[in-house]
Amino acid sequence: MTAPSPDAQVPRVLDETGPAAPPRANGELVFDHVWEGRLFGVTMALFRTGAFAWDEFRERLIEEIGDWERRHGDGEEYRYYERWLAAFQRLVTEKGLCRAEDLASRLRELAARPAGHDH
Amino acid sequence: MPDEKPEHHHEHSEHELRAEALETLLTEKGLVTADAIDGIIRLFEEDIGPMNGAKVVARAWCDDGFRARLLDDATAAIGELDVTMLPEAPIVVVPNEPGVHNVVVCTLCSCYPSGLLGISPKWYKDPAYRSRVVREPRRVLSEMGLDLAPELEVRVWDSSAELRYMVLPARPEGCEDWDEARLAGLVTRDSMIGTALPRDPSEAT
Repeated sequence: MTAPSPDAQVPRVLDETGPAAPPRANGELVFDHVWEGRLFGVTMALFRTGAFAWDEFRERLIEEIGDWERRHGDGEEYRYYERWLAAFQRLVTEKGLCRAEDLASRLRELAARPAGHDH
Repeated sequence: MPDEKPEHHHEHSEHELRAEALETLLTEKGLVTADAIDGIIRLFEEDIGPMNGAKVVARAWCDDGFRARLLDDATAAIGELDVTMLPEAPIVVVPNEPGVHNVVVCTLCSCYPSGLLGISPKWYKDPAYRSRVVREPRRVLSEMGLDLAPELEVRVWDSSAELRYMVLPARPEGCEDWDEARLAGLVTRDSMIGTALPRDPSEAT
């Protein structure tokens, strides 16, 4: 699939005050946690720069989901964006966009922050 | 809070931290900007919703020429409406017609026409929906509140990297003189996935 120009990838909205219901009117939030929305945004923003082809992400996502489904029985809670996170982490490290050791040391730094740092 | 459930909080914050670590590293390297990320989140959370898809459906209900073009080449026909799609994959629109009901799934992951329908609902991504709607669509639809007449043929469309599907629901009775904007208000997200029908005009405002 060829990467279209970045501008072509921004969905424009025809009529922001139209009668169709906004997503929240369907009775659910679109993301369960703030980090899920951030992660979605990071993935799409990086995709728009042309840093990866969508299929490169999708094939890893399929692997991560399939792997989870083989390992976990019924009754265990499936969290889609955790699979997305695993796929995205593999994508950016395998493509050399982010080094695994940089990620590990950043995780240690973030985990070492005092509790309640952002409140 | 000290009396919060510790395991849950720990498990939760681990993913949160990992997502934050990736975001900050990619941002610091200049590969993405915080503005671009914020813009996309706002767009999907607040602006798109199923609104673009609803406009496409309402146009098809009012304009037979558009409907024919939509069913023939949806990606091109949607282009006429000034709705620019995320270019993940071309769209195919499948019409509900007398005797036929369509429903969409992505069995392998969760491909979804998000440029038309916004962020996919949680149940669409759920393993149970993804596997069961293929095997027993009538039962799954019935559990979701849509009981289909036994004589209706149910067609299940599995999205893929190459193609995404959207259902064109049938125009309900009782809205013959409505204009396009008002009709769009009848078109719910789920009616374009195929797990529901459009709103009843007599109950819509």
